[in-house]
Amino acid sequence: MTELLEVLLPLFVGAPLLLGGVLFVVGKNHPLQPILGMGTLLALLAGAVTLLIATSEGQLLAHQVALWPNGIAIAFVVDTFAALMLTAATIVAVVSFQYMLASGEARSPSIPALVLVLMGGVSGALLTADLFNLFVFIEVMLLPSYGLLIFLSRRGDMAASRLYVVVNLLASTIFLAGVGLIYAVQGTVNLGALAGTGDDPLTAIATALALSAIAVKASVFPVHGWLSRTYASASPAVAALFSGLHTKVAVYVVYRISAVIFEGDSAWMTAILVVASLTLVVGAMAALGEKDMRSLLLFQMVSGIGFILIGISLFTQTGIASGIFYMIHHMIVMGALLLTASAIEHTYGSGRLDRVAGLRTRESLVTAAFVIGSLSLVGLPPFSGFVAKYALVLASADAGVVVIAGLLIVVSLFVLMAMMKIWAEMFNGKRHADVEILAAQERIRTRQGLYDTDIIDEDEINEEANRAIEHIEPPRGIIGEIGDPHDHRGTRVRASLILPALILGGISVALGFGGEYLLQLADQASQGLMDTSDYVRAVIGR
Amino acid sequence: MSLALSVGLLAAAGVYLVLQRGMIRIILGFVLLTHSVNLLIIAAGGAARRDAPFIGGDTSMAADPLPQAFVLTAIVIAFAITVVLATLAVVGSKDDDTEEESEKTELDIENTSSDAGGDK
Repeated sequence: MTELLEVLLPLFVGAPLLLGGVLFVVGKNHPLQPILGMGTLLALLAGAVTLLIATSEGQLLAHQVALWPNGIAIAFVVDTFAALMLTAATIVAVVSFQYMLASGEARSPSIPALVLVLMGGVSGALLTADLFNLFVFIEVMLLPSYGLLIFLSRRGDMAASRLYVVVNLLASTIFLAGVGLIYAVQGTVNLGALAGTGDDPLTAIATALALSAIAVKASVFPVHGWLSRTYASASPAVAALFSGLHTKVAVYVVYRISAVIFEGDSAWMTAILVVASLTLVVGAMAALGEKDMRSLLLFQMVSGIGFILIGISLFTQTGIASGIFYMIHHMIVMGALLLTASAIEHTYGSGRLDRVAGLRTRESLVTAAFVIGSLSLVGLPPFSGFVAKYALVLASADAGVVVIAGLLIVVSLFVLMAMMKIWAEMFNGKRHADVEILAAQERIRTRQGLYDTDIIDEDEINEEANRAIEHIEPPRGIIGEIGDPHDHRGTRVRASLILPALILGGISVALGFGGEYLLQLADQASQGLMDTSDYVRAVIGR
Repeated sequence: MSLALSVGLLAAAGVYLVLQRGMIRIILGFVLLTHSVNLLIIAAGGAARRDAPFIGGDTSMAADPLPQAFVLTAIVIAFAITVVLATLAVVGSKDDDTEEESEKTELDIENTSSDAGGDK
């Protein structure tokens, strides 16, 4: 069984790439598009769970690609950490794709194909044990992402896409230079052969160059500015998809390199600790100033990267375990919140806090999804956020950095404030008079594939708005004049749009109650990072 | 030494161009930057102390094939991304406020986008 799984490892990369290629070839509206897209993602999820079960006791699966001799071949290695990450990333991808199917975005040309290619790159980046191969897979991840950003950009402006491509290309180029310098010093880019070479100052500098490039992709404090700009202009579903994949793969790489090459060298870990603390404070503070639900959530995402990196910087068994737990929790919860924001934006045509209001009394499902997501993000029981934050605070206190433990709690209060801001303005409060007009505009745009800058005929908008008011029954029988904030007729978020966010919210609740099981897995993953000898043996070949 | 100088020169020119306004200059900057990194990787293979793998030469001194494979891959990737960047330069030229002639209309673009009710 294990041997069969080992041989099949390259399929995690190959199958999505190949099937993505098939989807590029078949027609735009071919019925195969959604079926094959969803089918492949579900199969990938099943595979990832199988890997997680196979590695749950700390076993390692390794495959030397193309059966080249050990040390020459590029190894694909799965340990508990990689399997956990792969599972969480695939869950986010499946749910985001489900949202894209519900919102109709998946019907745009080549979207399912691009999502599959993206997932192929993610699996490759998580499984490979070779730094140059990692660079290639990061590029494989990025190219379809450029496509997703551009194809689903409905704002008619490419500024965000340009920024995204330029920032990522610059980071990739620097990363490649770092990998080249590592090769110059050590004569290899195989992670197994590089294990423990962080003691050598030259190797350390070369690796630090590569790591700083990865920090850009992870949106760590001094280089985090691009994230909120670009993700805020992307299609909301794409932002949710990226939030679970791109930054988290970069953080995974930081974890892996810190553990294998630096072996937790205290000087480097202190540097990461400082940067991570700044990231979590700056992200949480910046979120308070945002006036748009999605940008506010995106700064929470930056803040979350800080929380996750605290875990590795402690470099204790419990520290890394709680960091990994936090990462999984953050992927799920950020996905839930961003998909909630997506559903609101898709239906009401705006995610601005001052444009949408009064959701609490109208949209019970959206309210449920937001409450679960935000309370989990803040860190209240019984959600996964509580277990994650509790473990992280405890681990920081154990590691002797009580200041950081306090900081984590204080920052959580700022997160609570930001979430209450959304609650107060979007969910409480009275409905605006023009909400139907905005929603009608958005529906017309979606239907006709117009850009946000295109101008729509006013009569058409009024007709559409009236149709919605006539056709949707008032929930409590309140019928007022058109534009009356108490009138409950009109636009409503479709259940199929909010279902993806509720699924992720449900997972967060499950992880909260079943936190102990995930903590065990995270602990197993953490052991693999603390003592990398098994990993190294698997990479170089036994 | 000549390799090191080329790497430095290309990197300097690339960084200068990437910091310019205007998509075309940025694209050219990235072309130079990736060239610079490619040469860096070739240099990482110890190009200075190696020999051509020709008949009569010492095979142990033959050039290191691995960096060449790296560079080959990197060139292909850089090419693909250059095409994406070039596409973005053309497709988005309407809202590209970095070119001088369209700088005057920057305000207009902002106005239309907020009038249309779009968020941010």
